Amino acid sequence: MTTATLTPTMPSKAALFEAQAVKAGARRNRLLSLPALIIIGIFGVLPLLIICVYSFLVAAPYGGVQWQFSTDAYLNFLFQRDIFDDTLQFTPDFLIIYLRSFLFAVVTTIICLLLGFPTAYFMATRPPAQRNWWVLLITIPFWSNLLVRTLAIMFIIRDEGLINNALLALGVIDKPITMLYTNFAIQLGLLYAFLPFMVLPLYSSLEKLDFRLIEAAYDLYATRRQVLWRVIIPLSKPGIIAGCLLVFIPALGAYVTPLILGGGVHLMIGDLIAQQFGSGRNWPLGCAQALILMAAVLVALFFYVRNTSGKVQHG
Amino acid sequence: MAEPRSIDIKEQPGFRSIAIICLLVLYVPVLILMIFSLNSGSLVTHWEGVTLGWYGSALRNEEFHNAARNTLIISISATIISTVCATLAAIGMTRVKPWRGLAAAFMVINLPLMVPEIITAVATLSFFALIAGTFGLNFGIGNLILAHTVFCIPFAYMPIRARLEDMDLTLEYAAADLYATPWNAFRRITLPLLVPGIMSGAALAFIVSFDDFTITQLVAGPGQTTLPLYIWNQIRRPMTPEINAISTILLLVSILFVSVSFLIARRRAK
Repeated sequence: MTTATLTPTMPSKAALFEAQAVKAGARRNRLLSLPALIIIGIFGVLPLLIICVYSFLVAAPYGGVQWQFSTDAYLNFLFQRDIFDDTLQFTPDFLIIYLRSFLFAVVTTIICLLLGFPTAYFMATRPPAQRNWWVLLITIPFWSNLLVRTLAIMFIIRDEGLINNALLALGVIDKPITMLYTNFAIQLGLLYAFLPFMVLPLYSSLEKLDFRLIEAAYDLYATRRQVLWRVIIPLSKPGIIAGCLLVFIPALGAYVTPLILGGGVHLMIGDLIAQQFGSGRNWPLGCAQALILMAAVLVALFFYVRNTSGKVQHG
Repeated sequence: MAEPRSIDIKEQPGFRSIAIICLLVLYVPVLILMIFSLNSGSLVTHWEGVTLGWYGSALRNEEFHNAARNTLIISISATIISTVCATLAAIGMTRVKPWRGLAAAFMVINLPLMVPEIITAVATLSFFALIAGTFGLNFGIGNLILAHTVFCIPFAYMPIRARLEDMDLTLEYAAADLYATPWNAFRRITLPLLVPGIMSGAALAFIVSFDDFTITQLVAGPGQTTLPLYIWNQIRRPMTPEINAISTILLLVSILFVSVSFLIARRRAK
């Protein structure tokens, strides 16, 4: 760590020695990251490569794969082979599930932003002591068990759940409204699950907001609305993009929420993939579906990188 | 025109109510779940009175014991391995001369955060099926520990790296000036200063491992039920408030560890 700050222009023997020591130290330091890289490399990266290979193989009858090259998994994504005349027929079932999931994720992102932005701004404008409490209160659901939180939503919206019981008792309705296992239930569950994922990045961006700029805007006779739309929101753009991404990506690949609140009837991509590894017994198809989801995520990440690096150049 | 001097420049209309609504939306369902764990009726929906009986029956339940034991074995092992790896990696990758492949290494460390969980789950399942089929290798519960370690590393890494970046370099220079060997300087200066970051990282690693459902569900073999899997199995049967009691226990563990991590990080900020 002793960087040679005082190295003379003519390197003395001592300086050379020191430079060598620094180099050796740097090499040692570099090696320290190896255990983490090896573990993630073998048990994180390699499995992703394996599903790339699997997606080009043939399904074995009882799960797993047979080592035989085939592009059927990708063809099956859009087409179904007719059992009688062996022609391919366009079957958009999977595509529809992908589009449904995309819509769910977009709606979730928008509503989370509409609720999360005011919340994050309100938090950022509190006095510091209060601010810490707010952050803790949003952080707790962020890290809490998603399965249990989804279960909590299920308890409320079931036919015998709190909402229906209350409405029945009040005489507003005479038979329970079915909410569980509907699209509404999935949408509600996704919102509930990912709201904290929007608030926290927005908050960390708004916390650094320079309020002198807002003061300047008011001095120049801006209205509150103009200050919000022309000053605060443009300044918090990096936080907005980060928050949207942190909600959109997990919402698109959501598994637990549709599993519990959709009841296996209203599918999203996550359940569809898991199904191929369970009752579907078609691993190659599941791998292909996972990779198509991964491609969608990479597009979203690419959009993010391009946007943020563009900002740095202008900055 | 309104008098501009009289307004609080930070205020935006309606934002306070939305913030409070968000807080209510986040907490009311969970609080209801917790309250119903105290319900003395055997139905999950009708309130009959207060009892701690469901906690008692949960704690006496053999299946719950097994699930809790598995969960603790997996999450404690994954926490220790991932925190050690993350600490070493953070030291090797922070405040050093940029080395070739540093950016790539950083991407690898953060990869588990970018890949949707369901993809990691099926990929890990395929991987373990492959090595079991080809080499006859099966680590038993070690499969789950390894799978958890992978996604715990980035969570442990973040606070440790943040702490390293905030640290005062002059103390290490001073140690070197006083002829401390690099190892001594590390052990006596860097490591003690790094402890809060490591604790905070370990708490986060523990919580993500403890709570994991998706990856565990797909990778777990027979008899490797963890607490989230146990809850999932219970949902599919006729429910009793016992499930609320177990859920509440899980939530309390989360809250405890998040608060610990948060308080450590806040003390750092002071």
